[in-house]
Amino acid sequence: MSQTDIQSDIQASILRQQKTENRRKLILNGVLLVLLLLAPFVLYPVFLMKILCFALFAVAFNLLFGFTGLLSFGHAAFLATGGYTTGYLLSNFSGLTTEMGIIAGTLVATLLGLGFALLSIRRQGIYFAMVTLALAQLVFFFFVQAPFTGGEDGMHGVPRGELFGLINLEDNLNMYYFVLAVFLGCYLLVQRIVSSPYGHVLKAIKQNESRAVSLGYKVDRYKILAFVISAALAGLAGSMKSVVFQLASLNDAHWHMSGEVILMTLIGGMGTLLGPVLGATLVVNIEYQLGQGPLRDWVDPILGGIFVLTVLAFRSGIVGEVQKFVRKNMG
Amino acid sequence: MTIMRKLLTSAVASAMMVGGAQAEISDNTVKIGYLADMSGTYRGLAGPNGLAALKMAVADFGGKVDGAKIEIVTADDRNSPDVASTTVRRWVENDNVDMVAGLVASSVTIAATKVLEESNKLGLVNGSAASSITNEHCTPNHIHYAYDTYPLANGTAGAIVKEGGKTWYILTADYAFGHSMENDVTAVVEKNGGEVVGSIRHPFPTPDFSSFILQAQASGADVIALANAGADTTNAITTAAEFGVTQAGQTIAGLVVFLNDVHALGAEVAQGLQLTTGWYWDLNDETRAWSDRFMEETGDRPTMVHAGIYSSTMQYLNAIEATGSDDSQTVRKQMMDTPINDMFATNGRIREDGRMIHDMYLAEVKTPEESSSEWDLYKIVRTIPADEAFRPLADSNCKLVSSQ
Repeated sequence: MSQTDIQSDIQASILRQQKTENRRKLILNGVLLVLLLLAPFVLYPVFLMKILCFALFAVAFNLLFGFTGLLSFGHAAFLATGGYTTGYLLSNFSGLTTEMGIIAGTLVATLLGLGFALLSIRRQGIYFAMVTLALAQLVFFFFVQAPFTGGEDGMHGVPRGELFGLINLEDNLNMYYFVLAVFLGCYLLVQRIVSSPYGHVLKAIKQNESRAVSLGYKVDRYKILAFVISAALAGLAGSMKSVVFQLASLNDAHWHMSGEVILMTLIGGMGTLLGPVLGATLVVNIEYQLGQGPLRDWVDPILGGIFVLTVLAFRSGIVGEVQKFVRKNMG
Repeated sequence: MTIMRKLLTSAVASAMMVGGAQAEISDNTVKIGYLADMSGTYRGLAGPNGLAALKMAVADFGGKVDGAKIEIVTADDRNSPDVASTTVRRWVENDNVDMVAGLVASSVTIAATKVLEESNKLGLVNGSAASSITNEHCTPNHIHYAYDTYPLANGTAGAIVKEGGKTWYILTADYAFGHSMENDVTAVVEKNGGEVVGSIRHPFPTPDFSSFILQAQASGADVIALANAGADTTNAITTAAEFGVTQAGQTIAGLVVFLNDVHALGAEVAQGLQLTTGWYWDLNDETRAWSDRFMEETGDRPTMVHAGIYSSTMQYLNAIEATGSDDSQTVRKQMMDTPINDMFATNGRIREDGRMIHDMYLAEVKTPEESSSEWDLYKIVRTIPADEAFRPLADSNCKLVSSQ
């Protein structure tokens, strides 16, 4: 056999492998999609929407943390900014349709994200995390003090209104499919971003920033863009959340929320696409289901325990570990 | 014409609603949901012991009211309005819950009562402090029972000025709640002939109060008022004790302080603190008898919130028994029509805005020498009559108040 034959053989086997993997992914995604479409008939739609909102939040965070390697400890600020902006606009301007409120909330969060990024992007590691935390605390105190947020009482009675002035979102099923559509759109967007040349640069920055610089990439610009996209998606999650629950509250702006999204991403598997979705589902479920049962006094210790276990034993999270297992045994 | 028709339709509709409601108890079960902070900051205030108080009330009815079974479901609200809203919605839509009890953090309470209003179920609020709950956030579907911030500021400040504390220094938590407390206190102090000589705002939350307490001490005011809550209040009291503020002759007035806080601080640290409470376990034979039962169940003495949960649930179940219906508006009307006379309140009554008004008490924390046991913590300095204690209806922004 000549060398070219061997090469083409290898290439063919790689292609085959990719094909089976793609097919596997396609089947998995198809099954998940069907489940998501049918879920509101079995499970409580408002609860599902909560999971979807947090899943989107975690997906947004993961774009920055899992794919670019930037640990932001201030993502709650974007969630809350989106939520409060949308809530305020929809409550006070009855002419606005719901999607306009949501778009406005997302835009304001995006601008805030740009501000955060410009101020923090030149720092790395723990310093970056601390700068984002400090900025997010500023935002938190703004929401505590600003009269329109209702302070610790929260903002209540946000109208769900009508989508495009046509579809009544008071109906839980309509609302659910709207949230699902937005979520899937964002998920596909992130998938596209990650697999694009831009996404590969992000991964390169994560793996070795100096090398990315030496290859001629303007690393800061790439990072700023990733930060802004992540902030925008987090803001979108917050905007939808305020419409779903018809309220916005300080909990969303508190640093606990920034911690929670890290937890979701780590448990699910950072740097994977499905990981944050699964992580969000798990964390929201643990908080909610355990909160109703005999273990309700132990929710926080249980979450803490899971966190420690993940960090110590399953570094790449549930989805990451499963992927490793599948590659090893079925590749 | 259209107006006439509208009026007629609504009259017919409401007549039908009342007619339908009179029928009987839905699905022959009275289901009570207990929603409170079971694991966080407010655990001691309501928490698992509040559930115990609720169960005591149900047990006193033998688990049945008017032939219908009483069931309890519980959830931890995690102090999150999202969780509250999801939980209450699910309770009402899927589990046929008729009444929600507990309700602590104000954001949680407001979120829950909005859902209750939409679905026309009843909420009995005991844990929350915010007076906005029966003001701008009032609904025809909830009753605020044990206390709110209005008498806490009003009662404490008014009573202390009358007791001779003329000059005041206010330590304010720097957010909406603290600001409104500060304004309330200033108004009351000035109305009663006292004077506010200074105030200082501290960030929320603050772990170290030394510099604030030193400034308050240096002001030489008779009274240092703490317009804050929770951990801030206890931290401030601890710091004040370290600087010997009360021993030096100044009075500390806590605006939102509960028995479990004082118990945690101990008489040594909290001595001399003045506070307002809606109820105290050692008021009379009746309260002592109930508190002994409570202590057997839980090992703790009840706070006013625990007593309020028990009392309001009894009123609720009594109203169901009297009307034979668990329809929210029928029950609420019956509760409003019945004066409350039990171990919690004497001649208490529920106003149209949903505020239950009853006597409040100005208490002073005993010194370790005066205190005979770990729970023997308050002496009652003064009774604040119901009519003085709560926000007058004339000042109300509630949509249910007829003058509006």
